[in-house]
Amino acid sequence: MATEGVQHVALSLTDHLPVLVVLIPFLAAPLVVLIGRNRLAWPLAFIAAIGSFVVSAQLLMQVGDGDVLSYHLGGWAPPLGIEYRVDAANAFVLLIISAIATVLLPYTRASIRAELPERHIALFYALFLLAFSGLLGVAVTGDAFNLFVFLEISSLSTYVLIALGAYKDKRALTTAFNYLVMGTIGATFYVIGIGFLYMATGTLNMADLAERIADAQGNRTIHAGFAFVVVGIGLKVAIYPLHLWLPNAYTYAPSAVSAFLAATATKVAVYVLMRFMFSVFQPGYTYEAAILHLIILPLAILGMFAGSFIAIFQNDFKKMLAYSSIAQIGYMLLGIGLLSETGLTAAIIHLFNHAITKATLFMVVGAYVLRSGGSFYANLEGMGRIMPWTSAAAVVGGLSLIGVPGTAGFISKWILVQAALESGAWWIALLVVASSLLAVIYVWRGVEVVFLKPPQDDVDRREAPLTMIVPIWIMAAACVYFGLATDVTLSAAQAAAEGLFAGPLPLTVEH
Amino acid sequence: MRHHLILRVITKLLVGMIMLFALYVQFHGDYSPGGGFQAGVIMAVAFILYGLVFSVGQVQQVFPPWLVHKLVALGVLIYAGTGVYSMLTGYAFLDYGALSPDHPEHGQHWGILLVEAGVGITVTAVMVSIHYAFVGRTPMISDEEW
Repeated sequence: MATEGVQHVALSLTDHLPVLVVLIPFLAAPLVVLIGRNRLAWPLAFIAAIGSFVVSAQLLMQVGDGDVLSYHLGGWAPPLGIEYRVDAANAFVLLIISAIATVLLPYTRASIRAELPERHIALFYALFLLAFSGLLGVAVTGDAFNLFVFLEISSLSTYVLIALGAYKDKRALTTAFNYLVMGTIGATFYVIGIGFLYMATGTLNMADLAERIADAQGNRTIHAGFAFVVVGIGLKVAIYPLHLWLPNAYTYAPSAVSAFLAATATKVAVYVLMRFMFSVFQPGYTYEAAILHLIILPLAILGMFAGSFIAIFQNDFKKMLAYSSIAQIGYMLLGIGLLSETGLTAAIIHLFNHAITKATLFMVVGAYVLRSGGSFYANLEGMGRIMPWTSAAAVVGGLSLIGVPGTAGFISKWILVQAALESGAWWIALLVVASSLLAVIYVWRGVEVVFLKPPQDDVDRREAPLTMIVPIWIMAAACVYFGLATDVTLSAAQAAAEGLFAGPLPLTVEH
Repeated sequence: MRHHLILRVITKLLVGMIMLFALYVQFHGDYSPGGGFQAGVIMAVAFILYGLVFSVGQVQQVFPPWLVHKLVALGVLIYAGTGVYSMLTGYAFLDYGALSPDHPEHGQHWGILLVEAGVGITVTAVMVSIHYAFVGRTPMISDEEW
């Protein structure tokens, strides 16, 4: 037979890195279920998260100088086979997700034990790992349909994770169902879009798609496909008018889940949006340029103000943070909508900075919930005196959310303002500053409740356990560190933006 | 006091045949339409039918819920394990050539067989566990819980 003569070249461990990053948590999830012991679930999950983190750090180092790694699943060469494709942009996203998961997992021990019944703890970690590996898969894959599969893996497990909040508050169930409906509509739109693109081009590989789309200018089917993909992913991103699932989902989910989702899920969706807008469809694509300026930019600005404005009037700390997330997503979209390399850099760096900022704040709320039993402002009065360490981290996170110089949030806003000025839109720069002032108001409301009110009588008067304080402070320290030492994140974000803007490298055909 | 004599007798006859057919679809998957998904659903039908005609309690004696949950995970592990094996032998993840390095075509057969076995197990277990979740649900929520 012809195939017998082909010599096989053995792959080394380094060649496997792109698939290992997803595979480690994905294998750990069924193992946790199979073993079924609550005691072993957490260590397994933690080891898997560390494994992913190490692998993604390796990947980021390998692609730092503009290389692109390609992994052929099952040995089938793309565009027919599924390809995992790692460049500076998704290596950065992989690192964000795995770093957040690694820091968050020690925190989940105390938080989950308090919020979930004993019999669900092992299953919680299995779901967490599935959601985690799904998000990593979305980031790593270079195949548009495979992306959908991973999107569903992460979404389906996320719906259940949110529904687990029902042990504290029954509203988590309706919230999860609401998210299920919205998320499924988003996923359906995405698949319809991919269907159109496949119809017009006959391929699902992103790099191959990009080449063929560039050749087929003005094809109506491709236009329709683009529109469906943007709306579908827009639902997952929670672009302003498509955000309705988000506030309740973040509010009623268990605290650890809120922290994980707020820091990773929407960020991955933003990455997908960038990937499609800049790599699959080149920015020169005239149809797209028109839509970005006319639709994304106004919606981004609307989101920035509406999100911040609604956040001011909340009486629940978690819900305030959720609405603030919608505003922050507005900043990222603004960066994308400016259609320049600086704008894209701002969006990517805000992806990272907002992830660590929101992770800090949601983890802080989780610690409050553990001691006071609720996240309403009425529950949190005076917690600053009872839990000084936790609350100090809340202040750091809050400052970063506003964008005070010296914190991570400042860097992203600074670059965003630069990008706006660069494109000559000084009024956008003014709007960014104005919406930051709204952030001052809602963060101040939180600080006022936590520090300036006398504590309630019926709360547990203890500081949060060390397993929570250490992760919280790692995140809070990261908010400050990346606000002062910007070269690491900035250069990574710039490399990612350059990579995205240059469009994908052409498919490397081997053999 | 035993009702539905015909249903019970026919079910007992059918359950075995359904399972046999499921195995046929499972193992014939690489030559004709079929495979793990279809076979898994058919296999689950055998248990679901048994449970509907006899009782949840009886079908759960045959196929206890804890086992169902473990099998869900086991199937996934078999699938992914096949891929890990090919990685360990220096091939790409899920490159079935690894299973028979001298005859990659045989390797493809083996690989599909293993992977489909994993799919079949997981699909069976998932279908049955969905059935258990529906028929075994707890009574209405008590007033205190609201």
